[in-house]
Amino acid sequence: MDYIAGVLGKLNSHVFPTDKVTLGAAISIPLGGLLVIALLTYTKRWKWLWKDWLTSVDPKRIGVMYIIVGLLMLVRGGVDALMMRAQQATSVGSSHGIVSVNTFQQLFSAHGTIMIFFMAMGLMFGLINLVLPMMIGSRDVAFPFMNLTSFWLFAAGMILINLSLGIGQFSAAGWLAYPPLSELRFSPGVGVDYWIWSLQIAGIGSLLSGINFFVTIIKMRCRGMNLMKMPLFVWSVLCTNLLIMFAFPILTVTLTLLFLDRTMGMHFFTSGFGGNPMMYVNLIWAWGHPEVYILILPAFGIYSEVVATFSRKRLFGYTSMVWALAAITILSFSVWLHHFFTMGAGADVNGFFGIMTMVIAIPTGVKIFNWLATMFRGRIRFTTPMYWFMGFVGLFTVGGVAGVVMSVPPADFQLHNSLFLVAHFHTMIVGGVVFGYLAGITYWFPKIFGFRLNERLGKWSFWCWFIGFLLAFVPLYILGLMGATRRLDHYSASLGWQPLFIVSAIGAAIIAAGVGIFILQIIVSIIKRKDNIDYTGDPWNGRTLEWSIPSPAPFYNFAIEPVVTDRDPFWQAKHLANNNEAEAPHYKSITMPKNSSIAPIIGALSVAFGFGMIWHIWWLTIASLVAIIVSIIIRISDDNTDFVAPASKIEEIELGYSAKRALAPKEKYA
Amino acid sequence: MSKHQGMIVAEHETSEGSLKSYVSGFVLSIILTLGAYLMVTHHSFTADRIVGVIVGLALCQFLVQMLFFLHLGKETKPRWKLFVLLFMITVVLILVFGSIWIMNNLNYRMTPEQINTYMNNQGGGF
Amino acid sequence: MSEAANPTMGLEVSNTEQAKNAKTLFGFWVYIMTDCVLFASLFATYAVLHRSTFGGPSGETLFSLPNVLAETLILLTSSFTCGLGILSARARHKNKVLFWFLITFVLGVAFLFLELTEFRHLVITGNSWRRSAFLSAFFTLVGTHGLHISVGLLWLAVLLGKIFSKGLSKNNIRQLTLFSIFWHFLDIIWIFIFTIVYLMGALGK
Repeated sequence: MDYIAGVLGKLNSHVFPTDKVTLGAAISIPLGGLLVIALLTYTKRWKWLWKDWLTSVDPKRIGVMYIIVGLLMLVRGGVDALMMRAQQATSVGSSHGIVSVNTFQQLFSAHGTIMIFFMAMGLMFGLINLVLPMMIGSRDVAFPFMNLTSFWLFAAGMILINLSLGIGQFSAAGWLAYPPLSELRFSPGVGVDYWIWSLQIAGIGSLLSGINFFVTIIKMRCRGMNLMKMPLFVWSVLCTNLLIMFAFPILTVTLTLLFLDRTMGMHFFTSGFGGNPMMYVNLIWAWGHPEVYILILPAFGIYSEVVATFSRKRLFGYTSMVWALAAITILSFSVWLHHFFTMGAGADVNGFFGIMTMVIAIPTGVKIFNWLATMFRGRIRFTTPMYWFMGFVGLFTVGGVAGVVMSVPPADFQLHNSLFLVAHFHTMIVGGVVFGYLAGITYWFPKIFGFRLNERLGKWSFWCWFIGFLLAFVPLYILGLMGATRRLDHYSASLGWQPLFIVSAIGAAIIAAGVGIFILQIIVSIIKRKDNIDYTGDPWNGRTLEWSIPSPAPFYNFAIEPVVTDRDPFWQAKHLANNNEAEAPHYKSITMPKNSSIAPIIGALSVAFGFGMIWHIWWLTIASLVAIIVSIIIRISDDNTDFVAPASKIEEIELGYSAKRALAPKEKYA
Repeated sequence: MSKHQGMIVAEHETSEGSLKSYVSGFVLSIILTLGAYLMVTHHSFTADRIVGVIVGLALCQFLVQMLFFLHLGKETKPRWKLFVLLFMITVVLILVFGSIWIMNNLNYRMTPEQINTYMNNQGGGF
Repeated sequence: MSEAANPTMGLEVSNTEQAKNAKTLFGFWVYIMTDCVLFASLFATYAVLHRSTFGGPSGETLFSLPNVLAETLILLTSSFTCGLGILSARARHKNKVLFWFLITFVLGVAFLFLELTEFRHLVITGNSWRRSAFLSAFFTLVGTHGLHISVGLLWLAVLLGKIFSKGLSKNNIRQLTLFSIFWHFLDIIWIFIFTIVYLMGALGK
């Protein structure tokens, strides 16, 4: 018996879900997976999948994989949200809604964790991978193998968190798992362990990506592109990755300390033996605040590109935009206590952090004004990305002001952990981050796939998101001011809150429609791609280098290294340079990195490692850790990781694009 | 920057001068280490003063090892390694001293004895 | 115009040995910076929790300073021999490289041995990481450093094995350089552990 226990750890026959809701969800995911497997087998595309996608170190491919996972997680987290809204709209008085208390706790914990770590971070890393190398005139990132490994670690975390739906349970301690609740004494099950390990593994992927992209920008810009000539998106990515590099180690440590408390009987945050749960809150937010800036800064960068392109005017106030990014970056390390004003610190401490929080709103305001000034006297085209931007300006400003309200400690004493707070941060994340990433996906889609997304469906999706958001969250602002706290699974009928919760649920359903239409947009655009072909590689009359290469972009990005002399280099080249007919280009052979099968193997081993840690299957943990180390050693010992594409091949590909360009209809731009 | 055939030259070093740097760094570090150690084991001053001195010695040894073992000063422009180092130090100082300040403040105000004293001073009773 | 002065690398040279080195060395340096923040978080935790002994003994009673001095001098010496090894690598002296790095390895093992002895003694006398927040923080901070040392020794062993069998190559020398940065950095972290944990602990601070 003991031997079996050793082999299986804490696994037993009771780990599968018993309530219908969870069971339904847990079955649907493997069913979906089986469907995909069936499709791949039927179309005989396994080899294609492995060679062209899963082992590819091309950042454009990796970016697409990140975005697919991110969108899937948007759906997963969104379903959690719909269930929460349904619960809160119906669980009044004598009714107890549609889910049990314990399920509700897991719902909001999973919703937050999935949306931040797997939806937002996924879409972010996806967009950076897609676009960054092209924008700086480079062919790849600094460390291609590590780039793919980062994706697979991210995917491993995603797999673990979804496994919790079917095997065991998820954490019921919120998306940040505060102790003492998250300690073993009050959360004895595996839920918090799933939370710890999916984040720990994905977090390491994020940290490695941070280093990768930072070095890429510093060391791989093309000739002539000094810092003050970089596009704003590149600046925002530089600042973001600086934040990632210095914030994520704090998360790694904090997760480890909680793990040590739970598994090795340590006493960092226990309520006894000298432990201090407040230290956890301090540490987790020292990471957590930079994290939200990590999410928003790339969105700011996307808006800068979109606004300039669709206003047909260069960005207003480039230098001040750069300084604003730099200020936000450094200041984001000085405000974290505003997440726990109510934990009991004195007026001096609270006051300091309150003031710093107000200060950090200033550079953000500068950016908003600069975007509007860019639009002023521009010749604006209201394409789908511009819609997302306009929605952002309205929502983010109002939501940001709500944040400034809460930066005043005495006001926060009333509003902390109320629905006002929930509405505020959703306004920031949905109105700021998600709108920006959806705009980015729409904007750069043609560069990767060679055709544009359907404009009409894109705009419908936007309106559903925008109107749905207002309906879903304005009631929450009101409820928060009326005293409603967050994470309530039931409330008394005498409070009169139900109508507002019902409106909010309707709003959530409309957002869900928006998500559905967004996905429909992609499907329809693929089916009808011949209607929207991007012949020239420059469908929007763009300003930056990525638009100077054909669509879909070739694996080497640039056949000839670009040399840059100005900001908006492609715009300069198109409109201001002397357009002497260029001589026939002289192609050279190009060295590119080979695919790597070790990266997905490390991902799979990480899932095994995490699963072993969660269920105390120690032989699995040790074996997978050893295998990971061996894989890394094998990779470092491999001296033959590049291949050479001969000049003739490059020429052949480029000539193919020229032929395509010749087919372009006269009316070029959307 | 020189291209030594087949040799990996980190952006700055030449083959001479470096032996001197490692030996000087080593000797200085030993002195700083023993100095701090003897200060503590000989207890000749108040504890606070000793702490000030040994922290100073540690910072000196940090600089010595950065300069002599890690060759910090020798980077050519643009000094990105230095930039990243300074940013890291800033974050570390904020994190460590910020945490100490915050937690001391919280611990003082949120221990049961403190809370009871405070509540009693507010006119007694709840 | 030298490559180092020109901050942009250009695509044509981006795959040369030199560019690869520049990227890799810088990238590794940046990774080391993130590792410093990791240690800083552990130091912050130790600073906040080191007085929480839950009635048990503090560092003043538990730490053996002579042992710690020995560890410190051993690690410092290994950092020095590591530097000498790098000089030999520059000069392409395979045997000297093996010699100096072997000494570094042995000193590293000696350091770990002393540290594990200290840990074992603490555990046997009932002062394990389960006893109090102070001890949890102590074992985790010092133990994480020890874990880094162990990983470093494993890395060095693999490297030395390759150099022994296949000789010095550009790849190997680059890896030795990376290792030496790692090893020096671990000694720097130890300066702070030595001072803040052990010396200040012995003073009752």
